Amino acid sequence: MSLKMLKFTLNGEPMEVPVSPSDMLVDVLRDKLELTGTKKGCGEGECGACTVIMNGKAVASCLVPALKAMGAEVETVEGVAKEKAHPVQEAFMDLGAVQCGFCIPGMIMSSKALLDENPKPSKEEIREAISGNICRCTGYVKIEKAVEAAAQKLQERG
Amino acid sequence: MLQDYYIPKSIADTLALLKDNNGRARIIAGGTDLVLDHQAEKITADAFIDISNIDELKKIECSDGYISIGAAVTHNQVARSQLIQEHAIALAQAARAVGSLQIRNIATVVGNVVNAQPAADTAVALVALGAEAEINSFSEVEYVPVEDMYAGLGKSTVDSTSQLVTRIRFAVPERNQGTAFVRLCQRKALALPMLCVAAMVSLKDDKFEWVRLVMAPVGPKPIRAAKAEEMLKGSPVTDEVIEKAAQLALENANPRSSLVRGSREYRMGVLPVLIKRALVAAVAQAK
Repeated sequence: MSLKMLKFTLNGEPMEVPVSPSDMLVDVLRDKLELTGTKKGCGEGECGACTVIMNGKAVASCLVPALKAMGAEVETVEGVAKEKAHPVQEAFMDLGAVQCGFCIPGMIMSSKALLDENPKPSKEEIREAISGNICRCTGYVKIEKAVEAAAQKLQERG
Repeated sequence: MLQDYYIPKSIADTLALLKDNNGRARIIAGGTDLVLDHQAEKITADAFIDISNIDELKKIECSDGYISIGAAVTHNQVARSQLIQEHAIALAQAARAVGSLQIRNIATVVGNVVNAQPAADTAVALVALGAEAEINSFSEVEYVPVEDMYAGLGKSTVDSTSQLVTRIRFAVPERNQGTAFVRLCQRKALALPMLCVAAMVSLKDDKFEWVRLVMAPVGPKPIRAAKAEEMLKGSPVTDEVIEKAAQLALENANPRSSLVRGSREYRMGVLPVLIKRALVAAVAQAK
């Protein structure tokens, strides 16, 4: 069984990494590329902790064979902040939406995927966007408020 | 352990890969069920053939009186498609109910059907729509009704190591026809259906011309409420008739008690309510 070279764009930069056909994207990101911001909660696509953005869509990276990302644009939580924190990250911090923090990278990616596509989401749309991300600590209220606040901030920025 | 992961660019290349690999390679589209089944060794494959990059398979199209959904079209694309929302709302609703947004962004509707789970939401809606699948083998193309694609519990008649489903299509519903999809589940996301019902009605002069009424999981595959459908044919569209149909549906339903789906008793109690809701909604859609 031979390794294949996975070529894709990661957080805006071209990336090449040898992978085996059985590797899942989450493991390649965490183990081979040492980007451990993406978490592995269940390995079955049932918790959302492994959420990354692939070609503009939020996906569960534990269910994505690594080679499926060939030629794709992948964003992980490590790439969200540029010179400073993204409004979505600021809002999560300012509004107390983070407790233990384990679900948060997945929540950030689901929220960012939503706001990138829909800058003025309704409460319902926010809830649908994070409905695949499970949180044990917060009860979701502040997370939802943080996404609303981030949308507001992004609109004010123009 | 997979030995190979192929990413063909065309249907022809895919069929060639299937042939050359002689049963050791398996089609993968979204793969959200497939990768887990493979890891758990419930299915075998030495290689995957990933069809999600084939442009021809990524389309939702309307032509020659059919709406067709390509094999690489995701649940989210179907749920958000204006074409589907306008003409076959039951399918849009069904697609929207599956898994979570992350899963719907990658999992395909055709894959949902081929995976052959008894209550695959989009399959239930597609049976109500009278849909058929276009299945490519090396030498031929055949059309098989979705309803007939079940070889047993969790088993498709399609062999994904030698066949490729390229699209699923259904006749565009007429103006006097309506569809609806209703689902009972424990959570609003990441939940399998305890029960789901899809209905398609064709009305004429305030009577039911015909009805397709599909329910699941009340058997090893999506089940037609045949006795109810028979009774509805030619009957006037009234509350009493719909109530009678809802009760008759029980005669074709045989749910097991299950920790995941709920008890048989509860679901037999609730099923008529869902049937009624589906019929009422489909009728409203048709008018």
